Parts: sequence; C-alpha cells; structure tokens
Amino acid sequence: MDIISTSNLTKKFDSFTAVDNISFTIKKGEIFGFLGPNGAGKTTTIKMLTTLLYPTNGTATIAESDIIKQRDKVRKNIGVVFQEPALDTELTGRENLDFHARMYGLGQKKRKQRIDDVLKLVDLEEKQNVLVKNYSGGMKRRLEIARGLMHYPTVLFLDEPTLGLDAQTRRAIWAYIKKMNKEESTTIFLTTHYMDEADHLCDRVGIIDRGKLLIIDSTSNLKNSIGHDVITLSCSDLTKLHDRLVKESWIQNVKQHDSSLTLGVEKGDEKIPEIIEIAQSLKLKIKSIDVRKPTLDDVFLHFTGRMMRDEEPENPMKMHARMFNRR
Amino acid sequence: MNPFAEFQAIYVMWLRQMKRFIRSKGRLVSSVVQPLFFLVILGFGFRAITIPGFGDIDYIDFLTPGIIAMAIIFSSMFTGISVLWDKQFGFLQEVLVAPVRRFSIIIGRTLGGATTALIQGCIILLIGIGLGVHITSISGILLTFVFMISIAFSWVGLGLVIASKMEDFQGFQLIMNLIIMPLFFSSSTFFPLQNVDIPEIFRQIIQFNPMFYMVDGLRGSLIGQYNVNPPLYNLGIVIVFALIMMSLGSYFFSRSEV
Repeated sequence: MDIISTSNLTKKFDSFTAVDNISFTIKKGEIFGFLGPNGAGKTTTIKMLTTLLYPTNGTATIAESDIIKQRDKVRKNIGVVFQEPALDTELTGRENLDFHARMYGLGQKKRKQRIDDVLKLVDLEEKQNVLVKNYSGGMKRRLEIARGLMHYPTVLFLDEPTLGLDAQTRRAIWAYIKKMNKEESTTIFLTTHYMDEADHLCDRVGIIDRGKLLIIDSTSNLKNSIGHDVITLSCSDLTKLHDRLVKESWIQNVKQHDSSLTLGVEKGDEKIPEIIEIAQSLKLKIKSIDVRKPTLDDVFLHFTGRMMRDEEPENPMKMHARMFNRR
Repeated sequence: MNPFAEFQAIYVMWLRQMKRFIRSKGRLVSSVVQPLFFLVILGFGFRAITIPGFGDIDYIDFLTPGIIAMAIIFSSMFTGISVLWDKQFGFLQEVLVAPVRRFSIIIGRTLGGATTALIQGCIILLIGIGLGVHITSISGILLTFVFMISIAFSWVGLGLVIASKMEDFQGFQLIMNLIIMPLFFSSSTFFPLQNVDIPEIFRQIIQFNPMFYMVDGLRGSLIGQYNVNPPLYNLGIVIVFALIMMSLGSYFFSRSEV
C-alpha cells in the first residue's frame, strides 16, 4: 500500500525553483531516505508534505488525504522532526511532550501512558523534569524524535535527524529510528546529506539534486548499478588511461573526475594487476589505486557527477529559500 | 472539527504561557518595577500639584489608572510580539503543524497574554491602593477588570500584527518608541490634556488615540472622577478597538507561513 504519493510536486520562490516536478511513492512501513546536498530541495519537500508550505504546482497524498485539500487530516497522520530544534526550552522535557499530546487531542490517561512510553524509548526518563535549555544537543534531538512519535503517526518525517551530532549520538539515534520503525511500524521519511546514514537506515533512497529527483531505488540496487567493486585510481594522464580503459569489456563503467578515475568491476582485487599492466603499456605512472565495495557516495557521484561533501558550505540558494520561507 | 480537541489546544497554549511567565522572574520584576517608578516618583513628586480645571486633586488618584494601563499595554504587546521568539526558535513550526485551527492557537495565545497582563495590572492596582488611592466602589472595580481585559486583548492583537510582519527584533525598539510612547504622552496619562493650552490640531488628533479612551475609562471606573467621558462610553470604544485589533491579528497570523 502506498502511504505517500506525490505527483509533479513543485515549489517556486519567485524565479527560483526549489523543488522541480517531483513524483514518487512510498510504501507503508518503509524507511525512505531523501539524499542530497544542502539546498537540494529536501526541506522544502518536507515542508510541503507537512502542510507548512503550499506547493506552487502538483500535489501529494499522505494516507489517502490530500496535502492541499485535507490539511487537518494530513496533520493528524504525521509526526515531524524539524531540521532546526522546535522545542520550548523554558519547559521541561515532559512538559514539551505534554504540550504536544494535548495539541493532538490525546485524553488524560492515554497522554500519561504515552509520555512514559516514548520517554522510555529514547532513554530520557531520568531527565524528564529538567528544563530543555539544560539538555545537550543529542538529548534535544531524542526528545524531538520521541515527541514526533507521541500521537502514533502513520508517517514520521525526520529532516536531517543527526545534523551536527557526534558519532556516538548519531549511532544511538539511528538505533532509535530502526527500533520505532520495527516496534510501532511507523513509516519513516527522512532527509539526509550523510551517505552513511542513508546507507545504514534506508530501505530505499531517492537522490535529489537542485530540486530534481534523479533516481529512486533500493540501496542495494543502487550500489549494484555501479558495479560490484569500485576501483579509484589516479595517474599522470587521466584522459589517456580513460580512453584506453573504456575499450575493456570487463569494466562495467569508467568515469573520469577532476583528479581520479573510478571503475566499476567485478572481483576488483584481481583486476588491479591488469589495470597496472595496461597503464604501463601506455607508459603512464599510477600514483595511487584503491579497491572497495561501492557506497552511496559512489552512487551519488555516478548520478550527479559531483562529490557530495559534508563540509560543503551552505548553498546561497538555500538561504534565499529560507528567507522566502519566513514570509 | 472536534470541539474537545480545540478546547484542549486553547488550554495548553494558555498553560504554556502561564508556566513561562511564572518561571521568568526577571520579566515579572522588570514589568512591575518600571510602572512602580512612575507611580512612586511622579505620584509623590506631583502630589501637591494644581491641575487647571480640577483645582486641588490627589495626583496619585489621577495617575494610577494610567500606570495600570501602561503595565497592561507593555505586557500584552510583549505577548503578541513574543510569537517572533517562537518563530526564531522554531517552536512555531511545532504549533502550526498540529491538527488544530489557527484560530484556536490565537485564542489560546491571547488568553495567556491577557492573563499575564491582568496579573501585572492587578499588582500595580494593589500597590496603588497601598499608596493611598481612593477607590469608588466594588462595581467600579468590576468595571475596571472589564477595561483591563479589553485593553489586554487590543494590544495582544496589535503585537500579533507586528510579529507577523516583522522578521526579527531589530524593529521592536523602534516600534515601542515610535508608537507606544507618543500614544502615551497624548493619552492624558500624566496630565489632563483637555485643560492644557495645546494647538487645536493636536486636540483633534488626540481624539483618535485609543489609549486616551482606555486611560479615561479606567479613571472613570476606578476613581470615579477626573474622567472626560462616561466610563461605559469609553468601554464601547475600547471594545470596538479590541475587536478590530484581534481580527487584524488573527488575519495576519493565519496567513503567515513558517
């Protein structure tokens, strides 16, 4: 059963198109990841799906309710964890959850029970009566995830759930996400620009860049489309070696980048000697060579032709979009 | 629409503001200290003043209603504008994504703001009584409360309009200085303008100052003298103004996107 389905979803901010004609479907119980660099249109998509922004064009349904015409029904079915923290720091953790439960119309008995449940799920029972302003970044994030789950949402949206957290906290949050997907059979829609996160968590991934959805498939299929192993090498004349290697039938694909070549092959470690021989026959000197299993990094590189770096500076377009968002 | 859920949302919006208000001691203290200064310094400083047209008056009786209005106005403007805090800290998204009508959110917020403003107004009133303000009657006090509530609603509404239009706090000080202060000085808070020799044009403009009717109304209901218009006449004007401000506030707020 499709729990989310979008058709030609588009959002324009004046002349800038943040989300460009996106259509996809997500099945019930899935963990789906939107992968893309900063400013790709991930947050704008989430804001449209969660009824905070009106689409310029196209529409979507969530649990069979239309995001434009049946906003209240959509809101009942979703939980959202925003990219920026959305907690009241002057209230305690428990009070934040209580606020949320009442906003979603939970009765008194259910409210208490549910708050205890989700606090347990994210290990915040001991800190429940501490003001949120005294929480660490990871604790705030966990509290937000707990809050997103309070009202048994059919779909939980997580916008960059581990942005800016340390490795240990990230792993813990991944574990919580998996746990609630399993225990509460919540469908999860998350966005990330961390490859390892998408790789670790998602059943299926959509790659989005500059507002366009480039491809959508299961993580293993995406990696298989690259080849079983990826060889990265750099040498004195990349173009010459590239032109020679494309003629070899045992190489599934060859791509040339700024300072390296990537080859998709099977049994990569056995192919290294062959590649070195070819290079020597062309009188080229290989500077480095490396073989590994493909990651989503490679997938992203393959489909966009660009590396996706965590330290990439904030895209000016995104700031632009955020300015408009505020209006 | 589920009435129970909407009521619960209004209640929890109110509850949140009460909790925040009780916890921020600084806000409570600062909001009481400033009007208190006015009351004590001006009240005693001008105690022996003769006001044209009134003869000898007890100046603290004249001043207290205006200072109560001042405390309420500052407090309720702050509530409206504090929506901006929620916007900047992201909490507004949490509120807007909930399956609750925007109207209920505004009502909850306004009731919360009105309650805090009323508490502050009452504190000033108690201080005034302690300083020897002469109160007319119990029914006068009840009418005073009606005034206090409508005044609070008006300025929460205006605060909401400003918060929906403003991006950050840069303009906040400007608005306070540019709108609130001139309105105050032209509202007969400190001295009765109708007896003062000011150009006719100002006299006309002052007639359109809503704060004049608020202060005059409080004076009429609480003290029972020195007022220009009958209290109920003032009340009518203040309630109409409150309704207009609340409608504008809800209109602008419901149109704001996050």
